[in-house]
Amino acid sequence: MVITMPAAFTIERHGDPVEFKPKVVARHLSFYYGAVQALFDINLTIPENQVTALIGPSGCGKSTFLRTLNRMNDTIDGTRLEGKITIDNQDIYKNGTDVVTLRKRVGMVFQKSNPFPKSIFENIAYGPKIHGIRNKAVLEELVEQSLKRAGLWEEVKDRLHLNALDLSGGQQQRLCIARALAVDPEILLMDEPASALDPRATARIEDLISELRSDYTIVIVTHNMQQAARVSQYTAFFMEGRLVEFDDTEKLFTKPKEKQTEDYVTGRFG
Amino acid sequence: MSSLSERSALLALRLITYLVVCTVGFIVFDIVIKGIGVVNWSFLTTNPQGAAGGIFPAIVGTLYLVFGAIVVALPLGMASAIYLTEYAKQGRLTNTIRLAIVTLAGVPSIVFGLFGLGLFVLFFGFGTSILSGSLTLACMVLPTIIVSSEEALRAVPLALRDASLALGATKWETIRKSVLPYAIPGMMTGSILGIGRAAGETAPILLTVAAFSLPQLPRSVYDQVMALPYHLYVLATQFPNQDEARPTAYGTALVLLLLVLGLNTGAIVLRSHFRRRNKW
Repeated sequence: MVITMPAAFTIERHGDPVEFKPKVVARHLSFYYGAVQALFDINLTIPENQVTALIGPSGCGKSTFLRTLNRMNDTIDGTRLEGKITIDNQDIYKNGTDVVTLRKRVGMVFQKSNPFPKSIFENIAYGPKIHGIRNKAVLEELVEQSLKRAGLWEEVKDRLHLNALDLSGGQQQRLCIARALAVDPEILLMDEPASALDPRATARIEDLISELRSDYTIVIVTHNMQQAARVSQYTAFFMEGRLVEFDDTEKLFTKPKEKQTEDYVTGRFG
Repeated sequence: MSSLSERSALLALRLITYLVVCTVGFIVFDIVIKGIGVVNWSFLTTNPQGAAGGIFPAIVGTLYLVFGAIVVALPLGMASAIYLTEYAKQGRLTNTIRLAIVTLAGVPSIVFGLFGLGLFVLFFGFGTSILSGSLTLACMVLPTIIVSSEEALRAVPLALRDASLALGATKWETIRKSVLPYAIPGMMTGSILGIGRAAGETAPILLTVAAFSLPQLPRSVYDQVMALPYHLYVLATQFPNQDEARPTAYGTALVLLLLVLGLNTGAIVLRSHFRRRNKW
């Protein structure tokens, strides 16, 4: 099967058609955990420098889809993928693809903050060091820059050598975002990044996502529909491993095309 | 009725526990009481004279053997554990390997002794030597080291591996920087506990290294040495004049006990130290 990828795509934004560069394109994507199929023929184009939210009930495949974009599913035994995913027109599942380079381009923030039990500095410097940066001054600069971008610098600048696990939950999650930014990714995947945080910490993360949009393409999985509405420009609704609807966030929440979407966003089920 | 059976069950369990503790306590007490009079500086630092005299060569020999076993078994065991937990595809083959390792842990020590005699002493031609003895002990503790190392590796949260991989680290970089630093204390603890047991074993060294009496210290790994457990066996069984040999035997037993106890205490202190440090 020859799968063609769009060079540009147009989608409505607040009722007007806007042309975007497609950053991530998935075509006829199916995914299997052993014999269990988790994703069915997903076709989704994610626009550059926008926040795209993936919503849907538990087990609908949104996290699985997210993890196919940086090939984190590769770490699980017995998984299999069909179809094609490109980032900037490069097939990321082609034989010989360097997963290390891919993951450097596609950063990830996890549901539960997972700082290394090392100092704040060492957490941020971990990625850059792995990618070969040894110069102390460069590392210090990178650490400061990343923490500033993640809005954490002012809170921790005097205690960079404190163990990261001594930070609060919200600070730990922003640290994880800073850590992902330190390797200079183009895409940021976020798997329910605020689900374990209190409302104030959540608000900070959401503000941060909005600030980061101009520099990064962000894909965020969330259970919280208000959150999707607040932070994203585009939303994809998944159900039972299928992509039901993808649209401008406002439109998807107010005038969904599909009955299933409407039932879900109005809270009739899920 | 139920409260009566409840109370009697509690009583029975408590008594059994006390019995176990008392048995251990009695053995230790007996050895300490009968051995303490013999153990002094010259006992620890001089050569044996027949059934009397010191046990210096046996202490040195045991330390050499334990050290040798650690040097050989620790890297091998840790490497196997890393392969099994981090790399090997979990399936029937890996489970068979695990079963084999657990079975190996249950093999009687005299069998390890015979194996060492056949392989290291005769086939490889190392002779009865420190080398053969250490390698035999290493084989014996290998299963313990692998099993406890696997446990230590699995105790490191998956989230840390994910965090590292997602930053573009390779699998080996992830293991080296984000798994091993937190697993090594646990690996060491389990391994030392295993080696502590091996330090007291007689059968494996009986056939591969231990000397009946050897007043001088070894000059190379191809030399024989005396060892505490075997020396104890010799003192207890090979001297007709037990009035003379018995106190030396108790002294030797006390030193061996303290050595193993020291190793275990060290391992436990190490573990609690690192447990406090690594909280997640």
